[in-house]
Amino acid sequence: MSYPEDRRYAKSHEWVLVDGNTATIGITSYAQEQLGDVVFVELPAVGSTLERDGAMGNIESVKAVSEVFAPVAGEVVEVNGALEARPELLNTDPHGEGWLVRVNMAPGSDANLLTAAEYEAFLAEEGAH
Amino acid sequence: MRETELKRTPLYECHLAAGGKMVPFAGWEMPVQYRGVVEEHRAVRTRVGLFDVSHMGEIEVTGSRALDFLQYVTCNDVSKLTVGRAQYSGLMTPRGTFVDDLLVHKMSDRQYLLVVNAANKDKDYAYLCAQAAGFSGVEVNDRSAEWAQLAVQGPKAAAVVQRLTPARLSDIKYYHFVIEKVCGVEAILARTGYTGEDGFEIYVRPAHAPDLWDAILNAGADEEIMPCGLGARDTLRFEACMHLYGNDIDDSTTPLEAGLQWIVKFGKGPFLGREALLRQEAAGLRRKLVGLEMIGRGIARHGYPVLKDGERVGAVTSGTFSPTLQRALALAYVPTELAGEGEELDVEIREQPVRAKVIATPFYRRPR
Repeated sequence: MSYPEDRRYAKSHEWVLVDGNTATIGITSYAQEQLGDVVFVELPAVGSTLERDGAMGNIESVKAVSEVFAPVAGEVVEVNGALEARPELLNTDPHGEGWLVRVNMAPGSDANLLTAAEYEAFLAEEGAH
Repeated sequence: MRETELKRTPLYECHLAAGGKMVPFAGWEMPVQYRGVVEEHRAVRTRVGLFDVSHMGEIEVTGSRALDFLQYVTCNDVSKLTVGRAQYSGLMTPRGTFVDDLLVHKMSDRQYLLVVNAANKDKDYAYLCAQAAGFSGVEVNDRSAEWAQLAVQGPKAAAVVQRLTPARLSDIKYYHFVIEKVCGVEAILARTGYTGEDGFEIYVRPAHAPDLWDAILNAGADEEIMPCGLGARDTLRFEACMHLYGNDIDDSTTPLEAGLQWIVKFGKGPFLGREALLRQEAAGLRRKLVGLEMIGRGIARHGYPVLKDGERVGAVTSGTFSPTLQRALALAYVPTELAGEGEELDVEIREQPVRAKVIATPFYRRPR
């Protein structure tokens, strides 16, 4: 798996794609592999405020439920409604159609996130490969 | 338990070769999945899957009074078994609750093989030994290290297994078994399983297990047989409402509450827990294990509270999203007066009540 270089990554296995003030958040391919078949996604409401590293939702697979943490701070401006009917998008296209939320990002809150290469090195260290 | 202490089945290398994701389970390092839980689940419902269940415990009860002893410690009627038949039953406490649930195989008039849950094997063995101390003419032996167990499950299971054995599988009925050659080695070949599908559980000596594993995968290539892990085993048994010890039943629940009246045979004479169960039956059950379908959005999981009008009235014992039925379903203990089909309750999911209703079980019954 090679990770897209257009975005940044958190060690808790979320990705952030920044476009101006808007940040799109999703989970990484590694995260979806660990979760297994996703069957239900619980996301924050539009208008709610995310704190960096705070809980922002839950992803249920057939096996278990896992919390998702916000890799950046900001106000939620859009949630991926497609996941309600097709939660499996998190498995089939985690870096694309399986995005979770868009936030109006608090300036600078994406500092210290990992580049794709750094995230891949982190996974390798963790023994994930 | 530290990872270094985990036991491995004789098929450990086969799991790695098949891409199995290994996890700790009941003291064993077991594959939770290979390709994915849902894909494996569907393979078993529509075609055929292969499971390593060598972690299960095998305990042998022998002697001239083996039958009397088993009649006393289990709740089902062992005298109904003929040689070559298996029976689902409960190993009972004097309170009428489960020490374990198990399969009793009648090997001969004076030899029975009990197949028990991996997590309970040591407890069961100690319990059986303690109970046997009061019986002369009974010997209890832990034979778990002498058996590997492979389960071949699904509508194509018989076709696949038939290619590997001279036994006429069409003659082996559900919950019957034979001692026969499978892949040239002696095996207990039982038409049993934990998936809600037709299938076989095959017991062989551990040394023969890897060759048998490979042979079954080869024999099932045309049927696109899939190796299946504990994840699919759990979702399959859940849809069929086959109980899981530690979730749906344990040493605080009785077979009557669990909807397993059919394994309690009061007429057979004295057995452990009989008086307690008779009292419970006479007094009326206070709670029952029921099926729930989530109406609101959310998935009920083991341990989540069940609410009625905001009051906690019970708890979920098993729950997931059913791959076959494509709905979030659960099993839960609820008060008898709230156990009727159609009753609306709430499951508390992350502090929020989510609406659910009582539905009939089993959730899934195989087409015949």
